[in-house]
Amino acid sequence: MKLLTPSLLLATGLILPLTTLAQTPEEKGLAIAKEAEARDLGWSDAESTMEMVLRNRQGQESKREMRSRSLEMADDGDRSLIIFDHPKDVRGTALLTFSHKDGNDDQWLYLPALKRVKRIASSNKSGPFMGSEFAYEDISSQEVEKYSFKYLRDEACGDQQCFVLERIPVDEKSGYTKQVVWIDQTEYRPQQIEFYDRKHSHLKTLTFHDYQRYADKHWRPGRLEMVNLQTGKSTTLSFSGYKFKNGFEEGDFDQASLARAR
Amino acid sequence: MRTLKWATALLCVGLGTQAHAAIYQRLDTELSVEARAFPQERRFSEQSNFGLSLALGSEWYGEWAKGQHSVTVLPFVRYDSLDQQRSHFDLRELNWQGLFGALEVRAGLSRVFWGKTELLHLVDIINQDDALENIDGEDKLGQPLLRLSWTGAIGNLQAYALPYFRERRFAGHEGRLRAPLPIDPDRVRYESADEDKHLGYALRLQSYVGAFDFGLAWFSGTQRAPQLIPIDFVDTPQGPQPTALAPFYGLMDQASLDAQYTVGAWLLKLESVWREQALLQVAPEQPARIEPLRYAAATAGFEFTQYGLFDSSVDAGWLVEYLWDERGTDTDASFQNDLFLATRLAANDVNDSTLLGGLVIDLDHGSRFISLEAGRRLTGQSKLSLEARLFNSISARDANFYAIRQDDYLQLEYFYYF
Repeated sequence: MKLLTPSLLLATGLILPLTTLAQTPEEKGLAIAKEAEARDLGWSDAESTMEMVLRNRQGQESKREMRSRSLEMADDGDRSLIIFDHPKDVRGTALLTFSHKDGNDDQWLYLPALKRVKRIASSNKSGPFMGSEFAYEDISSQEVEKYSFKYLRDEACGDQQCFVLERIPVDEKSGYTKQVVWIDQTEYRPQQIEFYDRKHSHLKTLTFHDYQRYADKHWRPGRLEMVNLQTGKSTTLSFSGYKFKNGFEEGDFDQASLARAR
Repeated sequence: MRTLKWATALLCVGLGTQAHAAIYQRLDTELSVEARAFPQERRFSEQSNFGLSLALGSEWYGEWAKGQHSVTVLPFVRYDSLDQQRSHFDLRELNWQGLFGALEVRAGLSRVFWGKTELLHLVDIINQDDALENIDGEDKLGQPLLRLSWTGAIGNLQAYALPYFRERRFAGHEGRLRAPLPIDPDRVRYESADEDKHLGYALRLQSYVGAFDFGLAWFSGTQRAPQLIPIDFVDTPQGPQPTALAPFYGLMDQASLDAQYTVGAWLLKLESVWREQALLQVAPEQPARIEPLRYAAATAGFEFTQYGLFDSSVDAGWLVEYLWDERGTDTDASFQNDLFLATRLAANDVNDSTLLGGLVIDLDHGSRFISLEAGRRLTGQSKLSLEARLFNSISARDANFYAIRQDDYLQLEYFYYF
């Protein structure tokens, strides 16, 4: 057995080390989060189309459409470029984000009417993204370093078995005091997240649906459902046209390419 | 029309080389209906108190060879019920752009923005203002240009050749927000013997280091804002009085620095310029002569945003900018010692409701300029915006604002996008 390294155990589907070693709940939570991150490494770059449907309590709907490109960075958070297509009054607006494992992300906004690239404050974590139930911090790059973790329990989730973790945002500007995350034990994909607001009350629940595997490795949800339990509003975020390994480079994610984005 | 020919020729070269490749294209059109009401009494009998206006802008964008080449065409047209001069057409974009590794080449008519601050765009110099659209200096005419833009470790380096100059257009004698005397564009004067064909150029480095964004630039070319020279004097009991104005465009060199430091919810901003430009001295019975005028101007301030005001999703931004111009009082400088205070509210609701209210105080003369801009989305394809501009206790020494002191207006604009 000594010859079996942790990675070999993982490769054969044996995730025993995580459950058998004597770990504190914090260590175990972090290990699960790191494993989930490690399993998705090497995606290089991706593009996709996103559609959001916002619903208020009366069921009135409003639509958002965006295209997104992202680049995996080896020693830093990911880079992303989002181009807005709908509603049409903001079409052509584009957002460039350099996420960082520590500290605030760097963000630039391109305003097509003025042809202006503007550095914006990224400290607005908890604000609604495009008027939806997703906050900026919900859609930003989910780096392990942005949370402290604690393993809570194992629990059935749908027809799968899940790890249930508690994670607390490191950033004081976060709109959440904690999140509870359900991660399935077979593929380490998030299945559900409960968000608790600054008053420690359950604010929102996010569920992940229609996972598909891309490039033989990378699982991506086809649909996210975010429900606000306090207002009765909800947002469906659907992804389509996922394409991995497009050969994007850092030069496709700078201010010049932001101003070129169409 | 020479501009058009020149741009079209370049466009054909760009298109001809790659015409067979697969094209990604989009056509985005914006139609707007604008109503303006002027509650204050008109200064000239030919002016009116209410105007309706219709504008159409349509952008076609096509790219091929995986985005290595692209063409943008954006014609814009406005019809105005009040002022014939404000009914105008412009090709805001008609250009080809090619990507060659780290080098981006753009040729044709285009618009470019430089700068950081919100009230006054001191550094922004490539394009002529479309002064007929709005007095805020944010609408621009398409500028014929050749631009090389290279991105490397030090940032983005841009070089511009500006082969043709666009004259500023002014409100006609029936329009509000006009100069005190009719401006005669046929009597335009240039310092350069090449007139509007004087070749201008510009260089710019824009980059960032951590939270610090900056731009360093040099511009040499025709001054964008003309000096208005009194002409056609007639004898009156008070002595000779001019009856018209002629625009004079001198040559100008401008060195500029714009910078922003972003820390938490604070944006600290600076724009500064040093200029050497031509000042035309006209005195009765004497030949006009050109004198060099060297001066500096700057604007500095901050924007601080409070996110999620009172546990709601409303953001409140607070803007303060101080504006200074070495030329001081009694010159063309409108913002020589002025303070700009504003608040920006964003509801972050489904309709993206926003409100920007600002006040500019001239600390020398006490003149006040108040501006309110509110916007709200109606549907996924339409939007409503409201704008109010008020000129309050304007001093006669604030020449630019003094001319339009009775032209307070309230504007409602409906946009439809397809």
